[in-house]
Formats: sequence, C-alpha cells, structure tokens
Amino acid sequence: MSGIFTRRMLLTGMTAGAASLLAGCDTLARNAEFRKALFSAENMHKWLQRALQNRTALAREYRPEDRSPTFRGNGTLNPNTAEYKALWRENFTNWRFKIDGLVERPLSLGLAQLHTMPNRIQTTRHDCVEGWSAIGTWRGVPLALLLEAARISTRARYIVFHCMDDMGGGNAYYESIDMVDALHPQTILAFALNDKPLSVRNGAPLRLRVERHLGYKHAKYIHHVEVVADLRGVRGGKGGFWEDVAGYEWYAGI
Amino acid sequence: MAADPSPLPSTPDRPAEAPSAPVPDRVHRHRLSTRLWHWTSVLCVYVLFTSGLGIFNAHPRLYWGHYGANADHAWLERAPFGSLWTLPAHYDLALSRRWHLAFALILAFALLAYLLWSLFNRHIARDLAFRRSDLRPAAIWREIKDHARLRFPGGAAALRYNVLQKASYIGVIFILLPLLIFTGLTMSPGMDAAWPWLVDLFGGRQSARSIHFLCAWALVLFMAVHLLMVLLAGPLNLLGAMLSGWYRVPRERASAPDPRP
Repeated sequence: MSGIFTRRMLLTGMTAGAASLLAGCDTLARNAEFRKALFSAENMHKWLQRALQNRTALAREYRPEDRSPTFRGNGTLNPNTAEYKALWRENFTNWRFKIDGLVERPLSLGLAQLHTMPNRIQTTRHDCVEGWSAIGTWRGVPLALLLEAARISTRARYIVFHCMDDMGGGNAYYESIDMVDALHPQTILAFALNDKPLSVRNGAPLRLRVERHLGYKHAKYIHHVEVVADLRGVRGGKGGFWEDVAGYEWYAGI
Repeated sequence: MAADPSPLPSTPDRPAEAPSAPVPDRVHRHRLSTRLWHWTSVLCVYVLFTSGLGIFNAHPRLYWGHYGANADHAWLERAPFGSLWTLPAHYDLALSRRWHLAFALILAFALLAYLLWSLFNRHIARDLAFRRSDLRPAAIWREIKDHARLRFPGGAAALRYNVLQKASYIGVIFILLPLLIFTGLTMSPGMDAAWPWLVDLFGGRQSARSIHFLCAWALVLFMAVHLLMVLLAGPLNLLGAMLSGWYRVPRERASAPDPRP
C-alpha cells in the first residue's frame, strides 16, 4: 500500500468525511430554496405516476386466504375522548357523519344507512409509509356514490376527511384526496375489516380506503367529509395532518 | 454525442491493435458521458444510501412475500442505524423520504441517459462488453491472481478494463442499479396500480423491500472494493482521469514473469 495512506488515516478520514457530508446535507435541507427544490420531486412523481396510470387502474386485489393473520393498527389506536367513548359504548348506533361543502344536498348518514347502500368488498394490501404491509378485506360504500347522492358541485377539487382522533392540542387528524382518487372505483368509506365491523384500532366506525396511496391517507374515525375547491384554506393548508406538521408528501402514491 | 474527443492512437475507443504499438504517456481515457455519470451517481448513491437507511429505521424489519408487519415473521430484525449512517442524522422519516425520492429520480434518469449515450458513442460495445479473450478460464484465473497479488497492469493493458472490472461494472450498471430502481418502484402503491407486473416480478412488496435493502448493501460493497482498488492503483492519477478525462499511462512492467521487484 502506498506510504502516504495508513489505515488509520483512511478510517479517520472516511468517518470525518461521512459526518461532515451528512452535516452539510442537513444544513442544505434547512435552506428554504433547496427545500423547495427537494420537495418538488413529489410533483414530478405525481405527474409521472398519473401519466403511467390509467385513471381507474386498480390496486391489486388479493384472495381472502392471502390476508395477513393480524392486521396491524397504527397511528391513533383509540381516540379515547369522552365523545368517542360514548359512541363506542352504543356500538356507534348514534354516530352520524356529514358530507357538506361544495354539494347541493348535504348529507348526514349513520351506519344503518351505509349498510343499505351498494357496498364494495375488496381484499387489498395496506402499505404503511414506515415500510410494513398488511393485507385485509374491506367492505364499504364507494365514495363516488356518496358524492353523487350529495350532488357534488362542478367546482369541487378535493375531498377532505375530518376525524375524531385528537393528535394533540385539539388538532384532529385529517386527510384529503383529489377528484381522481375520490371517483376511483376502489375508493370506499369502509365500515368492516375481515368480515367484522371495524375495530377501534383500525378506525371504527368508518375509515377511508384509497388503495393507490400509503397508509396515512386512509383517514380513520371519520365524522365529517368536506368538499372543497382549494386546500389552502383548510387547517394547515397542506391537505393533511402529517403533511402540515411533518412535511410528508400530500401525493402518497410514492 | 459529438465526434470522439480523443485524437490519440491508443485509447479504449481504439484499443491498440498490436501489443507493439507505442503507448503514449497520457491518454484521454474517460469520455464526458462517463465522467458526468460517474460523479452524478456518486452523489446520488451517497444521498440514496444514507436517506434509505433513515427510511429503513422507521421499520427495521424485513420480510419475504406480499405482506409483513410486526406480528409476521421477519428474516431480518435489527437496531436502527445510528446518526452517522442516516440522512438526516436525527430520525425524520418525512425528510429522509424527500431526499430519497428526489435523488431516486435523478439517479434513474441519469442512468437512462448514460446508457443511451453510451450505446451511441459505443462505450458499452467497446469498453464494457466482454471479449471472447476475456472469458477464457485461464485469462480469468490470471486476472484473479493478479488482483490477489495487487499487480496492476501497465502500458497498453492499463488502457483496457480487465475482465473483473468489466464484470463488476456490468453487474452494477445492468443488474444492481436496475434492480434497485424496479424494487423501489414496487414499494410504491401508485406504481403497483400502474404496472401490476412489478409485484409479480419480485414476489411481493415486502420481497421487493428486502431485495432493495440487499442490493443497496451490494452496491456499497462494490464501492468499497472500487475505492480500495483506486487507492492501490494510484489514486491521484485515477481521480484526475475521472475528473478531466486524461490518464497518465503507467509504465509497463518488465516483460519477465517474475512479479518480485
């Protein structure tokens, strides 16, 4: 080995180099302009995926025997508020959720009404942003049917889902999707998982399934569906709880 | 790509026809396309590997098949990687993903551009493709022995990639990087809907995640060996060649087969 390089120098140099490179990247990521450029990759991914995807391209549907033995719960596992506990004690018979905003006919519906509407059953894979996946069978009402029943306005661009779980400081969880996903045949408001009513940890009484997106889009504990033209006026303005507080992508197909 | 930048008689573009042809002291060894790709991929792989470990830390377990979560059997389960390994240094899944997803696009399209460019300027056909003479078992064995003894070629032989170099470059460019890109796409639920064959190709999203992780480490192993070879074979000359294109040709060792100095 050439004399000017000793192993110690090499190792020290590599460690110091790695640490300073990482520190440099962390400094860069705090720069507003750089951050904007870095975050713009989301739009590129969204554009590419939408270009490669059919509007109604389906997420894979599995056979019931392919299900995960245990369907993991994540995020809020129990909203645990007094109101939620009261609803839960009554088996959600007195729970109702409303659909309003840019609709001609705002709706207020309970579980009994959802059960009488056309249902879709789909065995799909839930992909968490953390990396794990679980397969389960969901049953629910296609969101498109509900929006049609509420006579959605042509000015509608986004559907916002407000939830019952408090993420701290009175901030309830919320999420949003655009019309491409809202009208997708696999986008349902689900009230059952694996042939049983939704459990508390999986979002009882009602949660969103938007199968071409990561798990954080699938809002649980829904109590209010709002149709809007713009997300900037909603809460933090970025279209979702994790988007607002932690910088996750609004387009979660990636 | 414009005309061949090298006016010299003996470069990888035009390998010496006969061993007796005179070898100049300096040759233009690396084309612009190769140099651009080299440094772009260095930057991308650095960011992708460190941010990838940051993402891995969100769920440091790996599975085979379509599904896999905490209650399922993991083939690998380990403590999260420390702050010296991950980008950003502290745990921030959202920011690790921002880095990873931005540089994944750059790497994938840079690879595509490099492959097309190298097809047209014949870098692939002339420098990377195996020749029949490369693949003779005796030649491969000699190359392995030379590497083990840290004997590096001089003269005209130093201008060509040897068979082990070719195998590792081909392995990285045509196997490892495409595998990383396609297993990465398979982890995206949007891409799985667009290209349903992705999930079948790798036997499930969790298998794709495992293969992605293994390929990332294989790439790091390649880089470690590559850097070691550079350090042993003359780091300043090789670094300069990858920056400017110009390479100082090492003198041919005495023709005697005796390797001792």
